[in-house]
Amino acid sequence: MLRDINLKIARGSVVGIMGQSGCGKTTLLRIIMGAYLPSGGTARVLGELTGKLDREGLYRMRRKMGMLFQFGALFTDMSVYENVAFPLREHAELPDDLLRDLVLLKLQAVGLRGAARLMPTELSGGMARRVALARSIALDPQLILYDEPFTGLDPISFGVIARLIRELNDSLGATSIIVTHDVQEALGVVDYVYFMAAGRVIAQGTPAEIRASSEPFVNQFVNGKSEGPVPFHYPAPDYGADLEPAAA
Amino acid sequence: MQIVAALRQRLERLGAGVTSHVWRLGFASRFLAYLVVHSGTALRRFRLTIAEIYFAGVLSLIIILVSGLFVGMVLALQGYDTLQRFGASESLGVLVALSLVRELGPVVAGLLFASRAGSAITAEIGLMKATEQLSAMEMMAVDPVARVVAPRFWGGVISMPLLAALFSAMGIFGGYLVGVQLIGVDAGAFWSQMQAAVDLRNDIVNGIIKSVVFGIAVTWIAVFEGYDAPPTAEGVSRATTRTVVTSSLAILALDFVLTALMFTGGGHGQ
Repeated sequence: MLRDINLKIARGSVVGIMGQSGCGKTTLLRIIMGAYLPSGGTARVLGELTGKLDREGLYRMRRKMGMLFQFGALFTDMSVYENVAFPLREHAELPDDLLRDLVLLKLQAVGLRGAARLMPTELSGGMARRVALARSIALDPQLILYDEPFTGLDPISFGVIARLIRELNDSLGATSIIVTHDVQEALGVVDYVYFMAAGRVIAQGTPAEIRASSEPFVNQFVNGKSEGPVPFHYPAPDYGADLEPAAA
Repeated sequence: MQIVAALRQRLERLGAGVTSHVWRLGFASRFLAYLVVHSGTALRRFRLTIAEIYFAGVLSLIIILVSGLFVGMVLALQGYDTLQRFGASESLGVLVALSLVRELGPVVAGLLFASRAGSAITAEIGLMKATEQLSAMEMMAVDPVARVVAPRFWGGVISMPLLAALFSAMGIFGGYLVGVQLIGVDAGAFWSQMQAAVDLRNDIVNGIIKSVVFGIAVTWIAVFEGYDAPPTAEGVSRATTRTVVTSSLAILALDFVLTALMFTGGGHGQ
């Protein structure tokens, strides 16, 4: 459950929403995409109050958005080419030649034009994420959402995705929101960070400010310490008392 | 007091179970209504539906044709054994054809369709949900019910009567092979008695109506279970099992109701 959330994300910026698993980041992302409605307060996205939109309005808003899912969510029965062509086929009646040029342009932007004929099962994790990125920018969105874009990637793919997020945001003139718990990598990409814990924003600032933060939770998280406000042990009864029945 | 409390607890559990099933049936009915209303894409871009007819229908052909052939062959063997006791072995064609066209064609083809295509549809939609493919569509402002579910539904509804017809045709051929070619029943009697006894309206059309109803029931259950499946490996597995079990029971129950409506009350089938 989210409480006391007050975010303003400037147009053209890349913003990170960071925090531990289960802190409410994904819920916040779902509110931004209009999948959940806030029970209190309002969410204004691309100038629209999501709570006031009907299904048509929500879909109209989402046509101006792109989203990269955690594991890509590529359509497994379609080739790479068809995956990227999908939003264009659904929303724009384009001649085949133009459609082909647009798809190849998007694939070129993520360095995978040569993989157009491959099926998703033939791609590595990093490649699948890049194809999904090409698909999410197919309609030149004004807002791009990233749900844990770095999870499970090797260091090279990590760097590639991070660079692409920044470059695509700047070249499209879009705004990007990255939800992640991969702090170090994300801090190298974003302009501003909101740090969340237990459904609240507990810290915010530029990457430099977050790195220098004295807030104990942020400090533990950024530096990957095992001890701090987040305890190592899951809450449990006294260890000795738990062992007693076995000893008896 | 303890007995009363236990009884009350059981009643409460029973009530909760019934309420839950009624709620789920209502939800499934609303889903069907939504699906039918949002079938524009599936019908306008008919190649999407054709792809599903291939998936649900063409890929089920082998099991349908082979099963039909064997069912017809067994019917001929069993039928001949009984008919020849009454000196009516030349009516073998009628027995095989009526059994297949009225009952076994739609019912057995429906059961096979539920096992082969219904389970595949549930698993596919359930896995698309589990791997966030449906959410990705939603985020691209594409309604997954219109784009994914509706073509599969109509593909199944169109495929089922065709498969039932092929099952019956193959069964009659199997009956001919065993009855005429193997046992030696007169071919002229086999075909002419069949032609004279099988009625277009009362037998063939009623059989088609049954297969259409079974097609709607099986595909509705399959797409609903897939769409409603919890997005986990276990959830998809359970949903797939539920599709086969619920569809099979639905076919048998609907068959009884339809047979009662079609073939009783002084009609042709008496």
